[in-house]
Amino acid sequence: MEFHEAQLANGLQIIAERSPSVHSVALGFFVRTGSRDETDEVSGVSHFLEHMAFKGTARHSADDVNRVFDEVGAKYNASTSEEVTLFYAAILPEYLSRSLDLLADIIRPALRQEDFDMEKKVILEEIGMYDDQPTYTAYERLMQTHFAGHPLGHSVLGTTASITALQCEQMRAYHQSRYIGSNIVLAVAGQFDWQTLRDLTEAACAAWPSGTPRRNTAEARPAGGLSLVTKPASLQQHVMQMAPAPPASNPLRYAADILSVIVGDDNGSRIFWDLVDPGFAETAEVGYNEFDGSGAFMSFFSCVPEEAAPNLQRVRKIFDDVNKNGVTDVELAQAKSKVASRIVLRSERPMGRLSSLGHNWVHRNEYRRVEDDLETLRKITLADVRQLLEAYPLVPLTTSTVGPLESLEG
Amino acid sequence: MADQQIQTHSLSNGLTVIVEPMTDVQSAAFSLLIPAGSNYDPPGQPGAAAVLCDWVMRGAGSRDSRQLSNELDNLGLQRNEGVGNSHISFTGASLAENLPQALRLYADIVQRPLLPADQFEAARTGVEQSLRAMEDEPRQKVMVELRSRCYEAPWGIPSEGTLEGVQHLTAPVVERHFRRCAGPHDAILGIAGKIDVAAAMDLAQELFGGWKVLPPAEFVSGPRGPARDHIPHESTQTQIGIAYDSVPYRDPGYYAAWAAVSVLSGGMSSRLFTEVREKRGLCYSVFASLNSLRDVGKILCYAGTTVERAQETLDVTLQELIRLGRGISEDELDRCKARAKSSLIMQQESSSSRASSNARDWYHLGRVTTLDEVRDKIEALTVDTLLAHLAEHPARDFTILTLGPKPLEVNLGVS
Repeated sequence: MEFHEAQLANGLQIIAERSPSVHSVALGFFVRTGSRDETDEVSGVSHFLEHMAFKGTARHSADDVNRVFDEVGAKYNASTSEEVTLFYAAILPEYLSRSLDLLADIIRPALRQEDFDMEKKVILEEIGMYDDQPTYTAYERLMQTHFAGHPLGHSVLGTTASITALQCEQMRAYHQSRYIGSNIVLAVAGQFDWQTLRDLTEAACAAWPSGTPRRNTAEARPAGGLSLVTKPASLQQHVMQMAPAPPASNPLRYAADILSVIVGDDNGSRIFWDLVDPGFAETAEVGYNEFDGSGAFMSFFSCVPEEAAPNLQRVRKIFDDVNKNGVTDVELAQAKSKVASRIVLRSERPMGRLSSLGHNWVHRNEYRRVEDDLETLRKITLADVRQLLEAYPLVPLTTSTVGPLESLEG
Repeated sequence: MADQQIQTHSLSNGLTVIVEPMTDVQSAAFSLLIPAGSNYDPPGQPGAAAVLCDWVMRGAGSRDSRQLSNELDNLGLQRNEGVGNSHISFTGASLAENLPQALRLYADIVQRPLLPADQFEAARTGVEQSLRAMEDEPRQKVMVELRSRCYEAPWGIPSEGTLEGVQHLTAPVVERHFRRCAGPHDAILGIAGKIDVAAAMDLAQELFGGWKVLPPAEFVSGPRGPARDHIPHESTQTQIGIAYDSVPYRDPGYYAAWAAVSVLSGGMSSRLFTEVREKRGLCYSVFASLNSLRDVGKILCYAGTTVERAQETLDVTLQELIRLGRGISEDELDRCKARAKSSLIMQQESSSSRASSNARDWYHLGRVTTLDEVRDKIEALTVDTLLAHLAEHPARDFTILTLGPKPLEVNLGVS
């Protein structure tokens, strides 16, 4: 493995990890922008803009964009979260030049009015699709309630009303303020030549504007609460809960990650044995989500409505026990084996490395080899977990639920 | 492209072992298929295989449920169990040095499960709850229901069972399903990764050589559901499912069929994505894919759209399916070939893909195709081969299912 980094005059950073043993290369532009950077007037613009990238540029028509990616056999797409918009492609090494040129071009889209109007329909369909998915509705409600008054509470998709009202001009202004060199990281993993990659990036991106975009990263101070959506026709009750956890820059994040595996992995965790194994829930998990300046433990279960209240008690009991007594040596060792194997398996494919490279850089300006991740994992102790729980105990602070129930009281 | 050294060996009891060593990975993976799929569910009791799939993991050999789970986790095994029509499948991947111990555990799971009576109800409830959760996910539900309308029973009956069927299952019924079906005949073990072939073959013989032979189980065929149907559902979107005949994986025309559906729905430049979504903005999600059972293949097509635009979506989608047979450009075929080439090469980066793909090949073909062989078949395709295939297997006799607030009309126009 070789690591390279460089910065263009406009602030754009290139980070690249070369693996001689793989057959492909993955590249992604990580733009530090998402729903947390939006105002209410433009709610959903980051995600809508991500779609518009595929509607063409000054040099490429919309048909060209999809045609060229398909011509080189790329696996390509884009995604938008609360804080990152990612445009990526996995390709065979011989198509690096063509793919990089196109990927760089589309993140400066033409934003033509007629394309904007057409794509608006697709976005409204996407909102409709998620509206029919109880787990997505529960997640949206949970984020809005938990992060009420904080930018992380903004919806990624926006609402039917905000998208309908959004004007192309507002999107242009948003693009101008957020898609600037210092706000973008190009990450590359797999089979490539560094000098060539650098030259290609210079040619494709040097003309992009520079500047210093702002982001409010104050740590959220959630007050908690309940959001209940009653859908009488639903068969299952879907319940999500959230509590504060270490932000992305906090070294306690490693302990948070391992704790979430011990308490909430989809197999063999405490929540698995207490809820799923006995058949009290169809699925139950606890995860750790890191954000710039904030963090969250998120738990989720889906069950028959009459088990919702007892399951909340069961989760509460697990949390109380872990806060009071910590976890065991055996649990820690087992979680470490699981995570180590996940790290290695994921890193065998360039797409897996790309995600880890890009997110480490976007959150922390940090490069970590697979060996570094394994070493950090090996060194986590029960004392680290205790320290984490003192600062960030597991608590059912915020709850959202979607299903037939009109109340979660048992 | 690839210098693949795949070795295949059938044990005397019928189990086929396929081993593919890979030099550029640190991992190893397996895919173990046992012939106890949902086709063999007792008639009128769908869900036996699905419940077995959960129950069988609750202790095996000398280990109870918790010990078994702990040992699998200590190996860092990324695992999954799933039930299909023909087989229950167990897959796993980990660091290569952990593979032998993982296989020892799975040898116990498939040959010596404890099937503890006191945990049957938990396993059954788990399956029942996942079926209830599916009722809340209209996108999944429409495709499951589409299968039961386009495939004859038992192929079309949901592998996961039905709510009613699972509610009435008992431990003796599911245990009988295990005793009747879970044998080495028609069982397949695919292994791939950083492994020594001879050692892996010896291990397979040691672990599975004594697996007792069972007479092959049989199943009863039955009719399929109605070709035109609507399921009322209170939702924002209307879900549309369309199916029509194609060919299975074992058919000589398979690659032509695959390429044709790829022109329809292979990448974002494909017909359905361009015509339905990009040009008309009718939906977010629309796709078609070739679904292959062992002897029958169908094109399954999906679109989800808000109620007011559902009729236009169905009309346009059907027109595109029919229009495909009237012409395909060289460029469209070239793009299919490019995408196939890159996914074949990228498969070499994943031990899990190779293990599963080899096992699946054996089930469908009774042999394994190399990546080079697949590439050659795809390279040999021409626009004429595709059009000749479509002339023989045109898009017609559609099975059409909608799920949503209002039914739709089927307008096939002049074709």
